[in-house]
Amino acid sequence: MTATHQRPDHPMAGYERGDYYCEVTGNGSGGAVAGQFLLDRIGAFGLDELRRRSALAERELYNLGITFTVYSDRTAIDRILPFDVIPRVISAREWSVVEEGVVQRVTALNLFLADVYHEGKIFKDGVIPKDLITGNANYRPEMVGVKVPHGAYVHVCGIDLVRDEVGVYRVLEDNARTPSGVSYVIENRHMTMRAFPELLAGIGVKPVEDYGVRLLEAMIDVSPAGVSDPKVVLLSPGAYNSAYFEHIFLAREMGVPLVEGRDLVVRDDHVFMRTTAGLAPVHAIYRRIDDSFIDPLAFREDSQLGVPGLFKAYAKGNVVLANAIGTGAADDKAVYAYLPRIIKYYLGQEAILPNVETHICREAEGLAYTLANLEHLVVKPVGESGGYGIVIGPRATKQELDDLRVKLIADPSNFISQPVVKLSVCPTLAEDGMRARHVDLRPFAITGKKTWVLPGGLTRVAMRAGSLVVNSSQGGGSKDTWVLEDDPRSSQSQTQGEP
Amino acid sequence: MNLLARYAECVFWMARYVERAENLARILEVQETFARDSTGSQNWASIVQLNADVKPFYERHATPDAESVSHFYVLDAENPNSIMSSIRAARENARTLRPLISTEMWTQLNVFYNRLREMAPAQMTQGELARVCAVIKENCQTHNGITEGTFFRDQSWYFYTLGRHLERADQITRLLDMKVMLLGAAPNPGSAVDIAQWNTVLRSAAGYHAFRRVHPRGMTAAAVVSFLLRNEQFPRSLASCIAELDHQLHELRRRFYLRGGGQALEKLDELRALLAERRVEDILASGLHGFLDNMQIMLGQITTDIAQDFFGAASEE
Repeated sequence: MTATHQRPDHPMAGYERGDYYCEVTGNGSGGAVAGQFLLDRIGAFGLDELRRRSALAERELYNLGITFTVYSDRTAIDRILPFDVIPRVISAREWSVVEEGVVQRVTALNLFLADVYHEGKIFKDGVIPKDLITGNANYRPEMVGVKVPHGAYVHVCGIDLVRDEVGVYRVLEDNARTPSGVSYVIENRHMTMRAFPELLAGIGVKPVEDYGVRLLEAMIDVSPAGVSDPKVVLLSPGAYNSAYFEHIFLAREMGVPLVEGRDLVVRDDHVFMRTTAGLAPVHAIYRRIDDSFIDPLAFREDSQLGVPGLFKAYAKGNVVLANAIGTGAADDKAVYAYLPRIIKYYLGQEAILPNVETHICREAEGLAYTLANLEHLVVKPVGESGGYGIVIGPRATKQELDDLRVKLIADPSNFISQPVVKLSVCPTLAEDGMRARHVDLRPFAITGKKTWVLPGGLTRVAMRAGSLVVNSSQGGGSKDTWVLEDDPRSSQSQTQGEP
Repeated sequence: MNLLARYAECVFWMARYVERAENLARILEVQETFARDSTGSQNWASIVQLNADVKPFYERHATPDAESVSHFYVLDAENPNSIMSSIRAARENARTLRPLISTEMWTQLNVFYNRLREMAPAQMTQGELARVCAVIKENCQTHNGITEGTFFRDQSWYFYTLGRHLERADQITRLLDMKVMLLGAAPNPGSAVDIAQWNTVLRSAAGYHAFRRVHPRGMTAAAVVSFLLRNEQFPRSLASCIAELDHQLHELRRRFYLRGGGQALEKLDELRALLAERRVEDILASGLHGFLDNMQIMLGQITTDIAQDFFGAASEE
C-alpha cells in the first residue's frame, strides 16, 4: 500500500513524526486516524497553492483586526496569532472521551470550590491538606459562606490537554480563572471556510458558532433569582489588554455591552451602568478582569480597572460574576496534582482524562522519586505561574540540578515533578514543506445550570521545529480544530480518491 | 435599549474624526492650488503659514517642499492635526465600538488606517499630494456609505450623525476662513485670480456644480459665501448641517425619551438666527473672519453641551 503523501511531489513528502504521536498519521502501530482523509485533499493543492492561500488568510486576519496588540515605548504593533492552515482533526470517538472527561473535571472543580468556601469536608476527610488551599494567594477568604447560583463557580473553564506518545489525552493544566483563546477557535473556523472551502466539502464537522449564545444562556441561567429580564455585560480591562480582541468578539457574539470599570457604578449594593439616559441596572457580569483588580474596596486598593463596591453587591447576591471570585484556589499546580483524588472524592469516579504523571513532593514518596530521577523530570514550583522557576531536568546543568536538590529538601511542599511530556505533533505548513510541529489542545467548557463543552477547542502549535512552547507570546500559532460528526467507516476511506 | 454613555461619546467622535480627515484632505487640495504662484510653481511654505503651523513644522523639517509638507499634514502621527492622527483616532474609537458597529465598518477603517501607515513619505513626490488626498476622500466616503448601509439605527446612529454634522459645520467655516486669511496678501476682490480662488473653494467642498444650479452665470464672493453658509439643499453648507443637528437632537428626545440636548437646541436656534438676520454683503464688509470665528465658538459650545448632557454620565458621581 502506498499512501498518496509518499509521492515525491506531495506536500507531505519528507514528513517525519519522530518519536511523537502524529494527529494525522498516528504512531505507526496501525489503526485509522481521523485526519487521514485530509492528506488526500491537501495533496490536491500543492505547496505553492497552500502557501498562497496561507498568506491571503493571514492578510485577512490582519485586515479584520483579529490581532493582539504589542505595546512598546512609543508604538503599538498589531500582531496576528499565526494561523496554520492545516486543520487538526479529532474523531467523534476520541472527542466523546475528551468531552466526557472535561465535563467530569469541571463538575469536580465546581464541587470542590463549593466545599472549600463552605463546609471544607474534603479537608476534614484528609483528602487534601487544608493549608495547600488556604495558603494559596488565589484563595479568597472573602468568599467563605458566599452562595453562588447553581453552585457554578467556574462558568468558563479552559483545560489544557496534551497527547502523549501513544495518543492518550492528558490534562496538563486547568484554567479556571479567566481563560482566553476561544475567539480564535471560532475565527479559525471562519477562516478555513473562506480560505479552503474545498477542504471542508462533504465532511460533517461539529459547528462552533454557537459559543456566544451558549455563554449568554449560561449567564442568564445564573442571574439573580427574581429578575425577569436580566441584563448581562462583559467587563474588560480595556483596549490595552492583550486579549481585547476576544472581549470585543464575545460581547458581539453574546450581543451584550462591552463595559469597562468606569462604566459601572454601585448604588445601595446594586450595580448599574452609565447610559445616555442615566443609570441602568446590571445583573450578570462576564468579567475578564482578575479577582485582584475587580474591586478596589475589597481587593487591590490601587486598581484603576475595577468597580468600587462590586464585591459587596456580589456577596449579597444582587449581581453575578462569572467566573466566581476565588476560583484560582482550584487551578494551581499543587491542586492539579490532587485532581484525580478530588474527582474520586466528589464523584466516586476515576478521572476520565488522566493527569500527566505527577509527583507531589510534599509527600515522602513523591519527594524520594523526584530526588532519585531529577535529571529526567520537569520540576515546577507550585506557587508560580507563567513558567517561572521551572527546571527541565534533561536540559539542566549539574550545578542547576544540585541547587534544585537543596531547594527541594528545604521546602518540598513547594514543588511537584513530572516527566518531560512528549507532546503530539501535527502536519504544519513550514518553510521547507509540511513538517511535524508540536500541538496542545484547550477545550472550553461553559457551566450554567449544567456544563457544555465547545466541540474541539483551541489547538495551539509551536511554529518552530522541535519547540514544545505553544504560547502566543513565544511565537506559537493556532490551527482550526475539527471534531467529526461521524468517523470514517474504516481506514480504507483514505485511499478511495486514488486513481 | 440603553446606550452606554461611553459608546455614545465614541461613536460621536468616530464620525467626527472621519469627517475631519475628509475635510483636511479637501483643504489640503485647495491649499496646494493656492500655493502656486503666477508662474505655476509651488510655494510650499505658504501652506505651512496658512495653517499657522510654522513652529511645529520647522521643529521637524528643515525646508518645506512637496515631501515634507505632505508628510506633515498627511502621514505625521505626531502632528495632532494630520490626517493620520484623525484616522488613527477614528480607528481607535471604532475598535472600542466593535460590539456596536458592523464588522464592515470596522474592517474598512482598519484597512484604511493600515494603508495610511504603509504609505512612505518618499512616495509623496511633486503632484502626488492631490492623488493621495483623493484616496483619503474616497476612503472617508466609503466609510460613510458602509455606515449608511449597515449601521443599526438605534440611538447610536443619531449620535453618529450629530458628530458628523458638527464636524462638517465646523470645517466649512474653516474652509471659508482660509480664503479670508488669504485676502490680505491676495489679489483685488473681483479680480480674475480672486474669482479663481473662490472657484477652488467651491470645488474643494464639492459645491461647484451645485452652485451653478443656483447661479447659472457669474461668481461673486457674496454669492459663494451665501451658498456655502446658507443654502439648505447643499449637504455641506452650514445651514444644512444646522438643520441636521436640530433634527437629530429632536429625534433623540422624541424616539428615545432622552432628556438632554435642550441647551444645544437653544444654541442651534441662535446660530440659525445669526445666519439669517444679516445680508452677506454686510457680513463681508464688517469682516467675515470675525463672523466665522463666532460661529466656530458656538459650534464648540454645542459640542460641550452634548457631552455634558449625554456623555456626562461617565464622569458624574
